[in-house]
Amino acid sequence: MDSASLRTLNAERRARRAAILVTDLADGSSRIVREHDEVSGELGEAVARAFRSGNSGSAEAGGHSYFLNAHLPQPRLVVIGAVHISQALAPMARIAGYPLEIIDPRTAFASADRFPDVTLHADWPEPVLAEHPLDSYTALAAVTHDPKIDDFALKAALDAKCFYVGALGSRKTHAKRVERLLALGATPEQIERIHAPIGLDIGAASPAEIAVAVLAQMIRAFHARGAGFKSKGEAA
Amino acid sequence: MENTAHLDEARDPLIIAEGWMNDGRSVAVATVVETWGSAPRPVGSHLVIDAEGNFHGSVSGGCVEGAVVTEAVDVIDSGKPKMLEFGVADETAWQVGLSCGGRIKVYVEPLVQEA
Repeated sequence: MDSASLRTLNAERRARRAAILVTDLADGSSRIVREHDEVSGELGEAVARAFRSGNSGSAEAGGHSYFLNAHLPQPRLVVIGAVHISQALAPMARIAGYPLEIIDPRTAFASADRFPDVTLHADWPEPVLAEHPLDSYTALAAVTHDPKIDDFALKAALDAKCFYVGALGSRKTHAKRVERLLALGATPEQIERIHAPIGLDIGAASPAEIAVAVLAQMIRAFHARGAGFKSKGEAA
Repeated sequence: MENTAHLDEARDPLIIAEGWMNDGRSVAVATVVETWGSAPRPVGSHLVIDAEGNFHGSVSGGCVEGAVVTEAVDVIDSGKPKMLEFGVADETAWQVGLSCGGRIKVYVEPLVQEA
């Protein structure tokens, strides 16, 4: 590895962008590949696999032995709404390896008493997201039912290309939401990416079951990113 | 509140290596490139070492770090990368084998300063 590769790699990691350090094991020469860089041939296939899986490993290509060290940002989940579903979702997401943050301006809901050991922002999504921006390795679930709180965050999630965007509410509620998001300037293609009603269709009824459905849908979206995998199983 | 979504700059080996490099220190980077059986640290894990033998990170649960640091100091001197292998079947098992029964391959390379 050379100093330039190390600086570039650390800059990408600090910015929460995926990068792979490709090292030729014969001479130690290395280069950084970013997610949309073109890499041809067998090495290109290995690079694409590493971006998808996040797994590091060796690859043989063109008579050379390479080591691919995949550095993917830690996926995380931002939940809009400190509601009953979020209380179940918080410990489940943590166990599944997705750090979770909750945003809700209603201080009666967003209390440390109701959410021990959870990163809570008792403020409106707009100022919180300005300070902690969404990105393509972040999932967003909007579960307040309140357009004043959910809508801005949903639009921000679509613009930031969050790998998962889900919104709680019936089909009827969602139809009205679509109208509002169009008025906010979202495109129909963007709106198509919203999982609504939220969650995989597992017949979830209780808040905890809905949390399972949301978490599973988000995990599927994470592993399907960039795969053209489009299926919108639905539940709540 | 713990938030693992962001880099832990104080403990991240590659961030530490960059800091050392900026201070003008010579640095080697060790990387787990292959594992067999039960290995304590996954492929891609780093240990970074300076010429005085200071180190951060890990390539095992502490079983082979001492040997890797010694080799890394040689790698800094020679400027040539080296592939190391550790495991219970190794003749050095009594000294630095992995008690968990796994085997690991560790690539140790000098951090080359660009002109």
